[in-house]
Amino acid sequence: MRDAPRRHPLLPNLDEALVAKMLEKVGAGSVDELFSDIPQKVRLGRKLKIPEGAAEHEVRREVQSKLAQNMTPPNSLCFLGGGVWPHYVPAAVESITSRQEFYTAYTPYQAEVSQGMLQSLFEYQSLMCDLLGMEVCNSSLYDWASAAGEAVRMAGRVTGRRKALLAGNSGTQRRSVIGTYTEPMGMSLETVAYDKARGTLDMGDLRRKLSPDVACLYIENPNFFGGIEDAIEDVVGAAHESGALAVVGVDPISLSLLKEPGGYGSDIVVGEGQPLGIAMNFGGPHLGIFAVRDLKLARNMPGRLIGMTTAASDPSRRAFAMVLQAREQHIRREAAMSNVCTNQSLMALAAASYLSLLGKEGFRSLGEAVISNSHYAARRLGQVTGVVSPHFKGAYFKEFVVSYRKKKAETVYRQMAKKGVLAGYPVPREFGLGAEAGSYCVTEVHTPEDIERLASALEGAL
Amino acid sequence: MKRFRQAVWDEPLLKELSKPGRVGSTFPVDKRVRARIRDPLSLVPSSVRRESVNLPELSELQVLRHFNRLSQMNFSVELGMYPLGSCTMKYNPKVSEVVASSDGMKNAHPLQPTETVQGLLSVFYDLERSLSEITGMNRFSLSTAAGAQGELAGVLMIRKYLRDHRSARDEILVPDSAHGTNPASAAMAGFKVVKVPSDEDGQVKARTVGELCSDRTAGMMFTVPNTLGLFEGEVSEICEAVHQAGGLMYYDGANMNALLGRARPGDMGFDVVHLNLHKTFATPHGGGGPGAGPVGASKRLAEYLPVPVVSKGKDGYYLDNSLEHSIGPLKGFVGNSGVLLRAYVYIRLLGASGLADVSSLAVLAANYLWKSLDPEAFPASHGKELRRKHEAVVSVKSELPGAAMSVAKAVLDYGMHAPTVYFPLIVHEALMIEPTESEPVEMLDEYASALNEIYARMKDRTLGEAPRNASVGKVDEVKASHPLTLKTHW
Repeated sequence: MRDAPRRHPLLPNLDEALVAKMLEKVGAGSVDELFSDIPQKVRLGRKLKIPEGAAEHEVRREVQSKLAQNMTPPNSLCFLGGGVWPHYVPAAVESITSRQEFYTAYTPYQAEVSQGMLQSLFEYQSLMCDLLGMEVCNSSLYDWASAAGEAVRMAGRVTGRRKALLAGNSGTQRRSVIGTYTEPMGMSLETVAYDKARGTLDMGDLRRKLSPDVACLYIENPNFFGGIEDAIEDVVGAAHESGALAVVGVDPISLSLLKEPGGYGSDIVVGEGQPLGIAMNFGGPHLGIFAVRDLKLARNMPGRLIGMTTAASDPSRRAFAMVLQAREQHIRREAAMSNVCTNQSLMALAAASYLSLLGKEGFRSLGEAVISNSHYAARRLGQVTGVVSPHFKGAYFKEFVVSYRKKKAETVYRQMAKKGVLAGYPVPREFGLGAEAGSYCVTEVHTPEDIERLASALEGAL
Repeated sequence: MKRFRQAVWDEPLLKELSKPGRVGSTFPVDKRVRARIRDPLSLVPSSVRRESVNLPELSELQVLRHFNRLSQMNFSVELGMYPLGSCTMKYNPKVSEVVASSDGMKNAHPLQPTETVQGLLSVFYDLERSLSEITGMNRFSLSTAAGAQGELAGVLMIRKYLRDHRSARDEILVPDSAHGTNPASAAMAGFKVVKVPSDEDGQVKARTVGELCSDRTAGMMFTVPNTLGLFEGEVSEICEAVHQAGGLMYYDGANMNALLGRARPGDMGFDVVHLNLHKTFATPHGGGGPGAGPVGASKRLAEYLPVPVVSKGKDGYYLDNSLEHSIGPLKGFVGNSGVLLRAYVYIRLLGASGLADVSSLAVLAANYLWKSLDPEAFPASHGKELRRKHEAVVSVKSELPGAAMSVAKAVLDYGMHAPTVYFPLIVHEALMIEPTESEPVEMLDEYASALNEIYARMKDRTLGEAPRNASVGKVDEVKASHPLTLKTHW
């Protein structure tokens, strides 16, 4: 190994003469003297036991070669979903989010020099409100699961009730995170059964479980299986009748064809914004969507909000600023609606550019491509011997469950991966479907050839 | 004063630019698919079918121009000095962006079989080991998405640990100089917050902590160095006092940039730690996010970490959900993986010696900038005789309220970002300045002379309205705080 050079591209003042000059101004004899207020007993007194640094070209090669070991598209096919989905990220979106003016900035506390990010986030809020049919959308939370956790907490706060019903066909991971978030509030969670034939929520069980102590129902549309909740209006109505809020989790791409959640009375909408121009990134960074029905609920919501205002000296000059900050931790401390500070602004920018790029027609065409491809694929897999596809009788959007007559889903999933096909994620045990059900996701990125390759990989794995 | 003008574009809203029939991206259905699926809309039950989506209609170039123009009205680290106190706005190496845009990162699905993502998992495993060594912790969970989420994880761990040991302790001590996220996180985790006063030197005293401790004390959240930029000299004694009272110690790592390779929270006596990778480990702030706030624990609390953690078994690396006492997951999937990868690249670029240099030079820069300020104009609020660590907090001397804000707005006109203002709350007319190790000394000089000049102009009343050179003049915050509009209506 070479000696570590006493120059570093990231450390412009790493120079003995310069350091000496700076120390003179500071009135210290050495750099160590600047740390003399750290008591001897807690000083490390040795080097950190991590490898020495390497030059940029070495690090780049080292890390990229590790990443190249991963099996990912375009060198494999990905048909996995479950809250992160393979969608196309337009080059224009990548171009916008890779502008350093956006990505190296901080939270826009100084509004006058941060109008670009502020207006972009305002545009995001506006676009999402239209897509969701909601009145107020914040400028992002971490991801779907944590947004769902915040939503159920908020429902508890607003209603003063301490019980939440969770749809039994909603994502198990979201339900676990809701559990972690709400446990300290003393909330109890109860699962509502789903119809085993159609995959949709069981209305009878919902009515039985709704009671005056229920703060909210959390339901996903489409549900974890990819199924469309066609009776969602009745579901939301039933929740409202007992004074509970309806918290609805969405895949925003489905709203190209599905009714907006505000249109069927949702009070809080959460969801995963990843498919709106954000790469899968092995689970993050993604985009937690959080929107509410009206301004009254907005006063109880977590997260930053951007509002439109004007310059102080010129009311004709439009400007943007963070608003309703009295809900937030930096003002309200322990009385804040949430502790959230850093959010996913850059991802909200990606979503805003994605939605404006596709626009009214492009977004609709995307929905049609997705639902067409998924049905084409589900039918094709149904032709494979030993397979029931789709497993459920209900309508579906881009994901569907397939069940195998003889093989365990875990085996099939790993076998297919050996052929370079990432598909058939085993449906978690909690859903009670047995060990022979796998979940598939098909989107606009998949061609008939890809689907053929999927079918033959499945055939080979059975 | 160098001339600076931020761009002004009077850029309309997307919806004002929209014209029917335009489209920037389309997804035609393949002919073979179309032949089989003739009427895709019929696949959606009529009860939930949407008629149309109200989105703007623009061409690709229009969308790019719109956002590129907006980007020109946004100040950033790569444009100029951005010494926001507590935010550690250091330079974000470009190579991290290149590596993070590899297919092996971008296109990896969190639910794919672990044997197909060994490369990435090995990176996370090494990162976890490095962070444990840097902080003196036993183990880290990388799953938490931001500092505040790391804090929440930490206090939930304390809560669960105490409950498992049959203790109903319900109070968390938080110093008055702490970030707002500390009391907010403690409250979210169901605790009552007990405020600990700092002394006139900005230090928390072990005696004060001891007096506030009782059989209700679950623990204490402590930021070291604190938000005044000062090392807490009695940190070990404070850890002892809280432990003696039966509580646990939480380390807020927001200011870890001062201590790399110098001191470790584990050696000070802390039980739980979070780090802000978007501060200390140079991942970009994204205009507000994403970040990553991994949480680390001593051996005693390691089994309480949020899941998943990355483990190594005989068949390689895997995502481990089996921690016996875990508080559960706080976020979907693995964590903000793309951010974790960038932090790993940063650690590899610097290594053991480089990271120690980072803290040495960050601390030197903060002290240098502080000493370059006019001491009459910007007196230190606390601990005048003490060395600063990563940042310096000064109080703007003025009889008139709003002096700190005036200085902040005026410095924007110099093409440099303002310090953090009015924080910590215990400082009158506070300016919190954190230059980081990234700024060459010439920039520190320039910044100090700008602040000194602004003060002189303020004193002889020639400062005037500011900012004048930003994209927009002072924004009407009063009107903004009663928003008539949180979205476009069209």
